[in-house]
Amino acid sequence: MMESVIEQQQQQQYQQAAVEPEAGYNFAFLDEQTKRMIRRSILKAVAIPGYQVPFGGREMPLPYGWGTGGIQVTAAVLGRDDVLKVIDQGSDDTTNAVNIRRFFRRTAGVATTERTADATLIQTRHRIPETPLSSGQIMIYQVPVPEPLRWLEPSEQQTRKLHAMADYGLMSVGLYEDIARLGKIATSYDYPVVVNNRYMMRPSPIPKFDNPKLDRSPALQLFGAGREKRIYAVPPYTSVKSLDFEDYPFEIESWEHSCSLCGSDASFLDELIVDDHGARMYVCSDSDYCRQRVAAQSAQSTPSGEPS
Amino acid sequence: MYVAVKGGERAIEASYLALARTRRGDTALPELSIAQIREQMPLAVARVMTEGSLYDRDLAALAIKQASGDLLEAVFLLRAYRTTLPRLLSTLPLDTSKMTIERRISSTFKDVPGGQVLGATYDYTQRLLDFSLAAESGFQVADAVPPQENTKENTQNSPRVMPRVLDFLNAEGLIQQEPVPPGDPAPGDLTREPLAFPAQRDIRLQNLARADEGFVLAMAYSTQRGYANTHPFAGEIRHGSVAVEVIPEELGFAIEIGEIEITECQMVNQFAGSHTEAACFTRGYGLTFGHNERKAMAMGLMDRSLRCEELGEEASAPAQMAEFVLYHSDNVEASGFLQHLKLPHYVDFQSELNLVRALRRKTAQAADAAAEAENLAAEEQFPDAPASDAQKAA
Amino acid sequence: MMPFQSSPLLVAENLSHRFGDFTACDNINLQLYPGEVLGIVGESGSGKSTLLNCLAGHLAPSAGQVLFSTRDEGVVDLYRISEARRRLLSRTDWGFVHQSARDGLRAKVSAGANVGERLMAVGARNYGQIRGEAMHWLERVEIDTARIDDLPRNFSGGMQQRLQIARNLVTKPRLIFMDEPTASLDVSVQARLLDLLRQLVSQLHVAAVIVTHDLAVARLLAHRLMVMRQGQVVEQGLTDQVLDDPQHPYTQLLASSVLQA
Repeated sequence: MMESVIEQQQQQQYQQAAVEPEAGYNFAFLDEQTKRMIRRSILKAVAIPGYQVPFGGREMPLPYGWGTGGIQVTAAVLGRDDVLKVIDQGSDDTTNAVNIRRFFRRTAGVATTERTADATLIQTRHRIPETPLSSGQIMIYQVPVPEPLRWLEPSEQQTRKLHAMADYGLMSVGLYEDIARLGKIATSYDYPVVVNNRYMMRPSPIPKFDNPKLDRSPALQLFGAGREKRIYAVPPYTSVKSLDFEDYPFEIESWEHSCSLCGSDASFLDELIVDDHGARMYVCSDSDYCRQRVAAQSAQSTPSGEPS
Repeated sequence: MYVAVKGGERAIEASYLALARTRRGDTALPELSIAQIREQMPLAVARVMTEGSLYDRDLAALAIKQASGDLLEAVFLLRAYRTTLPRLLSTLPLDTSKMTIERRISSTFKDVPGGQVLGATYDYTQRLLDFSLAAESGFQVADAVPPQENTKENTQNSPRVMPRVLDFLNAEGLIQQEPVPPGDPAPGDLTREPLAFPAQRDIRLQNLARADEGFVLAMAYSTQRGYANTHPFAGEIRHGSVAVEVIPEELGFAIEIGEIEITECQMVNQFAGSHTEAACFTRGYGLTFGHNERKAMAMGLMDRSLRCEELGEEASAPAQMAEFVLYHSDNVEASGFLQHLKLPHYVDFQSELNLVRALRRKTAQAADAAAEAENLAAEEQFPDAPASDAQKAA
Repeated sequence: MMPFQSSPLLVAENLSHRFGDFTACDNINLQLYPGEVLGIVGESGSGKSTLLNCLAGHLAPSAGQVLFSTRDEGVVDLYRISEARRRLLSRTDWGFVHQSARDGLRAKVSAGANVGERLMAVGARNYGQIRGEAMHWLERVEIDTARIDDLPRNFSGGMQQRLQIARNLVTKPRLIFMDEPTASLDVSVQARLLDLLRQLVSQLHVAAVIVTHDLAVARLLAHRLMVMRQGQVVEQGLTDQVLDDPQHPYTQLLASSVLQA
């Protein structure tokens, strides 16, 4: 009896039904002209997978660097019937994810959820959910630095030329240097990829662990960089290949541990320091994925069911 | 047993309360009013309006209050508010030659029609803290009698509308002609389109106008210290009110809708000349809302500096590199990106940790293998030698 | 001397370039055959560097054209094709050695990366092979292969030049442009480099256009010479003939001032 009450309360936290937005704002804050401008940029981006489309980004009520690009893309595609999930570092409860979700609750009143499978729009910072996405879902990534060649070539005029000519030798040189110096490619997040066999792209600072999820995803993937004013996209079922050498192939991280809460050994784990002696604990970064697994496991072991 | 902590929402709400308390400070003291800030901190208001790209003294004062005096935070507030405002009309270009002068100086001539009007300036004050200002509201300005307004003598000797100094130089053909681009296109709008390179002068000036004062000041200073010198003279600095005019569609002629207070600076720079072009002076231009000479002057130096390509000068110094200057001048962008480092980055950090640990394992393995190889080699050479200390210890 | 093929590798037709009112190159015509080394000599201001930049695809001439016979696509007009194609050709079919190695190398990456870059730019994807090729070329230019991971700034001037040459040769181009390749080097170092260049050019059967003010360099490397003065070609012919029996007064002046070894 107690358990089902707790469950109900937890349910309320996980999903919030649609409400009336606050008066005084246009739906999702931006005016319709601006949204139209952003959608036109999105269409261009989808038509040229991986290509960075410049757009007339606006100042938003959150600072540059805190997700204004992602917010503008979400605001432009959000509709009254959408169900929005917002995560940061894989969790719905990190302060910035909370802040952004509140922003859309106030200005759009849309339904929100913490369950990946129930969301139609997912705005994310730095992770892709473990739960596979399905056709019809839209992932919106917050991007700090859109240009993959930026650390090798500071000039925007130069990098635009390099993209136009598919001249990506400079990036290979960078990878070569890593291997020559360290014996392996030293990029662990925001790992550069080639989209649709043409444009090199930064997937945003997701760990390389998540890169394989980009490849041929059934979902539409949109990337918004507010401060740099660029939008790019990966349409559904598009090839996304992580850069590597034949003899030094791309590989993802692995852990010696599994999640202390749900036991998963297939998800990205956060390392937590739990006491003054530096003892460590490992927990799934994707809070929804972990919770679903824990719930499924306890359902299996309730008295009415067979022991798991 | 570790339990996932939920409570981000509650933490945020608590932070709002803490902020409100800090902003208010000691409740025994009267609360600051918007009017007080607007009236008694006009230079802060001017800066916030200029960098916020919005002329509204009350809103700027409100932003300063809300931001607890952090001017960059206030600029951000104003900019975000600006995003919500509909664009109704564009005004005609301001005619600064018709400015009602509060202050007007020129360093290029000893005297000019209209005279050198010092107005309200800190320039000739001694920077000694004035403790009489610390006394509360009973304090009055000392016995100085304010000059009578509108006496015949005054209007004859110090007209409030004065011709611009550079117009005199221009009449003589001494200032380089800045030709209107073919077709006289409307200026671009940096607040609506993303910055693209090569950036034309209109966009560069817009960027500089809303740029961080400290950044533009430092870049301008660098040119004075040898990182590309343009040998500037302050042709004219004027501060006062100008009329704002629009041509409504229904009327078809210009009407005045109000006035705004601005500061304009025209720098006169080293002459350019070649075999084909006669020698002349070149101009750098600066403009701010309200009274802000430092920014207008710095902007004037930077405008000229960024014209290097057009004037056939080699771009060698940071102040001449358009991409460097224009991409890093906006303090709302800069502050946001800098402070975003406070956001959680532990997932990426986790990836880096994994990488560093893997690399360290590799190095350790390589070192062990090398040590082993050494020992084996040593053994082969001297099979009967006594074991080394390390081998004994192992 | 190798027999020349019947069709030229590089042709300049009525090539002129002006900077404002000043004519740097005036109506230049030349033909370069596979395996042939052409020296362009003259004092500074003669227009030789401008000519080289026009020939190498760096500077679109004010008049005239530059035709290049590519490996697989026939003859192309260098300034009619797209910038992308020109860039690709400049990485695969020909090379450019700058007077200062700083202009021809990437300072922040290792010698190996510098040499291997062009292979990576045209799609090489095997680290081991790229590194192997880089080592091979370092050896060919007489740089100790153990230094493959060193940065360019840790090499001497002469070695940097050799590194630059290796970087250019790795895609086995058929033509190399060189702009005063030894001018920044000590006299003693110059001799070694010239020797190396001579060997490489003949072993690889690569054609070259070498701009130099130093007739000794021209005599050592070039089969043919063009003498330039004030934007015009005043004399051209086989190197030995031009230097030993100069016809034009200006060439006579130049030749007589060459210090005998």
